[in-house]
Amino acid sequence: MELQLLLLFMVLAAIVAVEIDDLLSSVIAVGAVGLGLSLAFLILKAPDLAITQLVVEILCLIILIRATIKKDLPLIRNGRWLFNTISTLLFIVFFLIFAYFALKELPRFGVPLMRVAQEYIQNGMQKTGATNLVASIILDFRGYDTLGEATVLFTAVMGVLAVMRKIGRLKNER
Amino acid sequence: MIEYILCFLLFCIGLYCILRKRNIIKIIIGLGIIEYAVNLFFLLIGYRMYARAPILAKDQVITNMVDPLPQALVLTSIVIGLAVTALIVAIAIRIYEKYGTFDITKIRRLKG
Amino acid sequence: MKDNQQKGMSLIVKTITRLTVGLILLYGIYIVLHGHLTPGGGFAGGVIIALSFIHLMLAYGKETALKKLFQTLTSVLESMGAVMFLTIAVLGFLGGYFFLNFFLNKGRSFELFSAGIIPLCNIAISLKVGAGLFAIFVALVLFRSLGEKK
Repeated sequence: MELQLLLLFMVLAAIVAVEIDDLLSSVIAVGAVGLGLSLAFLILKAPDLAITQLVVEILCLIILIRATIKKDLPLIRNGRWLFNTISTLLFIVFFLIFAYFALKELPRFGVPLMRVAQEYIQNGMQKTGATNLVASIILDFRGYDTLGEATVLFTAVMGVLAVMRKIGRLKNER
Repeated sequence: MIEYILCFLLFCIGLYCILRKRNIIKIIIGLGIIEYAVNLFFLLIGYRMYARAPILAKDQVITNMVDPLPQALVLTSIVIGLAVTALIVAIAIRIYEKYGTFDITKIRRLKG
Repeated sequence: MKDNQQKGMSLIVKTITRLTVGLILLYGIYIVLHGHLTPGGGFAGGVIIALSFIHLMLAYGKETALKKLFQTLTSVLESMGAVMFLTIAVLGFLGGYFFLNFFLNKGRSFELFSAGIIPLCNIAISLKVGAGLFAIFVALVLFRSLGEKK
């Protein structure tokens, strides 16, 4: 029951974030969606993810507020606005109808079929010695994925430093 | 069942924002909402009713636990989402420096 | 002294920052080191450590904070974290596999020194993530274009 109310709150906050004109207000509304998601992770019994989502959300808000400091002129609507909006909404309604028929094939909510995870739960502590099963999965059973993720972070840092270099110079040029 | 429908509704709101808005910052916000919806969907699949978190405790034998495998995948995905958002914001700031506006219909010249 | 108080934020924010930044850094290190016993791990701890340095920089202004944290130290720390993680992975070649958990006795469970290579991997990941995110923040904030006042 609490999970459904929390998801409804997230949907309403997302609608506010999309429709409002002021950029700073919509960034704050996205922050509300992220905090609601962290609470949903806690209700779904995933404490690792709740901690990570909370701090990553705060950092994402800092970066987005840095981008909205530049002011911009207000936008005007051109002629075919009504036709474009109606066709997009029609596409979304069709997408939701087909998604409903596809979601009926999934197992019921709350009764998953855990075939691979049974091995991890029963033999995880003897094979690795760690009591946090999620940490033993990401660092011992599936260590390749963590190596790939470290590479992606490294590439993103290189990309940001390369983009922010051409015209202006960094502050400390002693 | 209704939780899956609400999760897909969140995804569709982000999709509408990417398709119809003309401001680059709004497009970045739509991308963030789509990431939240996908992570939530992964976790909804692996939930078992009235079960416990996947952490063992001393002197207790725990038989029913939530599925720990989707949690490991989503942990990686959250940090990658942050890196992609930072890179897109850096590119958006450079676009503002060069063209003077955030409007995507005025950014059309692809010069060398 | 008067010039020092005009940059950065007000006096209340500076005093509270001086009291809490050390505690935030200590909390981040605690989450990293106990990653195999309690929820947390390398990623969450690394982001918290980066947030403590960002907090210091936001409260005191750009010039005063960057005097203490050099630019080359950040890039050295991030590369060291990545190289340490790769070394732990490649050392598994000694046993014939990639990423082998090569400590023979895994210690007793529920203690701090247990679980093989998992705490070492957590420390390497936290160094990499923390230094990388701090470098992203510094690059985004310190950018000035030709049009602004030098």
